[in-house]
Amino acid sequence: MKGLRIVVLAKQVPDTRNVGKDAMKADGTVNRAALPAIFNPEDLNALEQALRIKDKYPGTIVTILTMGPGRAAEVVREGMYRGADGGYLLTDRAFAGSDTLATSYAISCAIKKIGCDIVIAGRQAIDGDTAQVGPQVAEKLGLPQVTYAEDVQKIEKNFVIIKRRLERGVELVSTPIPCVITVNATAPESRVRNAKALMKFKHAKTITELQGADEDYIKMHDDRPYLRIEELSVADVEADTKWLGLSGSPTKVKTIQNVVFAAKEAKRLTSDKEEINALMNELLANHTLGN
Amino acid sequence: MANFYTDNKDLKFHLTHPLMKKIVALKENNFVDKDKYDYAPVDFEDTMDSYDKVMEIVGDISGEIVAPNAESVDAEGPKVVDNRVVYARGTKENHEAMANAGLVGISLPRKYGGLNFSITPYVMSGEIVARADAGFANIWGLQDCAETLHEFASDEINDEFLPKFNKGATAAMDLTEPDAGSDLQAVMLKAHYDEKQGIWLLNGVKRFITNGDAHVSLVLARSEEGTTDGRGLSLFVYENDQTTMSVRRIENKLGIKGSPTCELVFKDAPAKLVGDRKLGLIKYVMSLMNSARLGIGAQSVGISEAAYREALEYAKEREQFGKPIIQFPAVYEMLTDMEVKLKASRTMLYETCRFVDMYKAYNLVAETRTLEKEERTDAKYYQRLADIFTPLLKLVTSEYCNQVSYDSLQIHGGSGYMKDYPIERIFRDARITNIYEGTSQLQVVAAIRGVTTGGYLKQMRAYEAQELKPEYDYLRRSLIDMTAEYEIAVNAVNEINSKEDNNDYLDFHARRLVEMAGNIIIAYLLLNDTMRDSENEKFASLFIKKGIVENREKSLYIQNFELKDLGVFKKQDF
Repeated sequence: MKGLRIVVLAKQVPDTRNVGKDAMKADGTVNRAALPAIFNPEDLNALEQALRIKDKYPGTIVTILTMGPGRAAEVVREGMYRGADGGYLLTDRAFAGSDTLATSYAISCAIKKIGCDIVIAGRQAIDGDTAQVGPQVAEKLGLPQVTYAEDVQKIEKNFVIIKRRLERGVELVSTPIPCVITVNATAPESRVRNAKALMKFKHAKTITELQGADEDYIKMHDDRPYLRIEELSVADVEADTKWLGLSGSPTKVKTIQNVVFAAKEAKRLTSDKEEINALMNELLANHTLGN
Repeated sequence: MANFYTDNKDLKFHLTHPLMKKIVALKENNFVDKDKYDYAPVDFEDTMDSYDKVMEIVGDISGEIVAPNAESVDAEGPKVVDNRVVYARGTKENHEAMANAGLVGISLPRKYGGLNFSITPYVMSGEIVARADAGFANIWGLQDCAETLHEFASDEINDEFLPKFNKGATAAMDLTEPDAGSDLQAVMLKAHYDEKQGIWLLNGVKRFITNGDAHVSLVLARSEEGTTDGRGLSLFVYENDQTTMSVRRIENKLGIKGSPTCELVFKDAPAKLVGDRKLGLIKYVMSLMNSARLGIGAQSVGISEAAYREALEYAKEREQFGKPIIQFPAVYEMLTDMEVKLKASRTMLYETCRFVDMYKAYNLVAETRTLEKEERTDAKYYQRLADIFTPLLKLVTSEYCNQVSYDSLQIHGGSGYMKDYPIERIFRDARITNIYEGTSQLQVVAAIRGVTTGGYLKQMRAYEAQELKPEYDYLRRSLIDMTAEYEIAVNAVNEINSKEDNNDYLDFHARRLVEMAGNIIIAYLLLNDTMRDSENEKFASLFIKKGIVENREKSLYIQNFELKDLGVFKKQDF
């Protein structure tokens, strides 16, 4: 098995897991300034799957692709600290306001440009929770997709065998390469950052980040080409702006409501079957359980 | 996402001490590695940034992996299967995470795969790990053995052994035996040179060996037949071949259960001589013990941090008499006292680290070029300070760590006595810190030299002369008074002792004198910390308030003590 080219889709997201009082603005939108920006957790699971393939099949190149503002380059570096070989930052003002459709269009254009055998992404991002980008990228690239992946078990003769985590069990599927895989949070966690990789790649910068750096620093970058994080613009990926940004985004948010679950009352039940049945019915009726 | 480095701003405060500039300059030796290794720093700022970011990895692994494993590791513990140690599941996972992060051999030079970090961030990593799991901190801290090899072993041995560490090798220092505990001169394990094979062979038993089944062990053995004292001992390095050394049993301990304490049997175990014969105990082990004592200092501070946080959390949540118990003076006094002891321990820990860093970095430079006269003086100066600070540090931090965990359990009340809260484990773990690597009593034996030679006094005067914000001068005045009182006490003891034909009188009061010195020195350190962060005024002033009273008590005791009182204490029949 020769080495594969793998692109991992990663998103920089606000850390919504430990939200404080100021996490939401008065208008109901996320207050990004109050939350630390992190590597989307399920994208880390995706990265781990890619790195495991790399461990098994030497010569495999793992590349991070992220889309966002300039500071999202941090996600690429973070991926490199854990074992990725390099990365791209897809950034352009024309992307502002993109919904999942426009985002997946932009990403698919970038992937065409970069070229790869397998695209691996997290199932969904913790800021939007849509789980749409991965599958839409697959559709736009005309590639088979495997969602809810938990373990990329092996690669044989241009086929990947993947374990999927479904609601009532697991399923083993095989798909031809190239393909798109989205990975579940139940997959193994990402390996830790490596100290040497961190010290090596902490200087990895995009061309924009290098602006204003002193001569010595620029020289170091010239001497060490692996420190370059490629920046891709709309023009670089040959995307059509009409499918991007607000014009390319049919999704419009009508309202956002802040729902606080505040039930506090306690009930004491015996182990009587009837009582428990009644409680179950009550919880189903008020939608605490089920849908 | 728990990170035990970033959630504690005190650590960065100590990591970024002004003296680091000099330490880094020596350690990186004009940044000669920058073109040879892609992970070597290019300048001072780059080095400090790497220290900071790598500590963040340590904090991440400690918070996310080591701490969550601590409870199961404590319950499960290691086992002996077929004469080999099998770690608890969590211990194995912890070590793998540290090794995969490339952190093992953190202070070794890059040519051996290390990160070439100075002692200060290395010791800090020990503190962070110990807060998560004090038992695992031992397995982490035993990479000190790699440092000792690097310092004293031949290039040949270093080339063979040191690269193993960054690949994840663990280490052990095999010193004690059934009849040689605190008194290592009594070591009996035999080393003889086999002329036929041209190698050293080890035979005998070692007992109470932490992580005894490690990949690489430093073994203290009697190489000189017919000798009975420390001068007949040499140090050997043994690579675990899983056959010539076996684990007879592991001890069932009160705490630090994740750390296997082994009884080992060596049968014709091939080993290599480290450095020169006969210097095993008197030179190499003494140096190894100094590093280990610094490590126990870090472990103690980590345990204090954990215990303090548990108490604070509990006191905020636990309500009695209609309010959280943290609002009661009896509780908040304890909490603040704990916090002061924690800050005091930490500032002492990192001051000592810097002294060690300075002279060790000079020693490394001396391998590449001849030191200038001033540099040699500087190196000597810091080595002397490191020598008198290390036992004091070990004494103070380990005793504080016991006090802090004791008080933390007390704040938990009855719940603290149950297995339901982490504090019972932390409390058990703390208890070893003032016992191993030399009991507190033995630290006093080492530290008293700082009293009798005037080393501590000289350093107090040096601190006294340091720049201070004028608004804190009132604290310095208290310390000047305490120093005068200390001098009087030292002279009083010396006067009586000098008339005796033994040192019993001095030994009897030694701990009092050492602790008096410790109170003044730590107070100066806390005071000096106000230069960079005025928040420390609170800790300096509270520490001094207590220190004045403690020192007064000790000096009064000494003043009112007569030689004949010693006889009242002495157990006459023994």
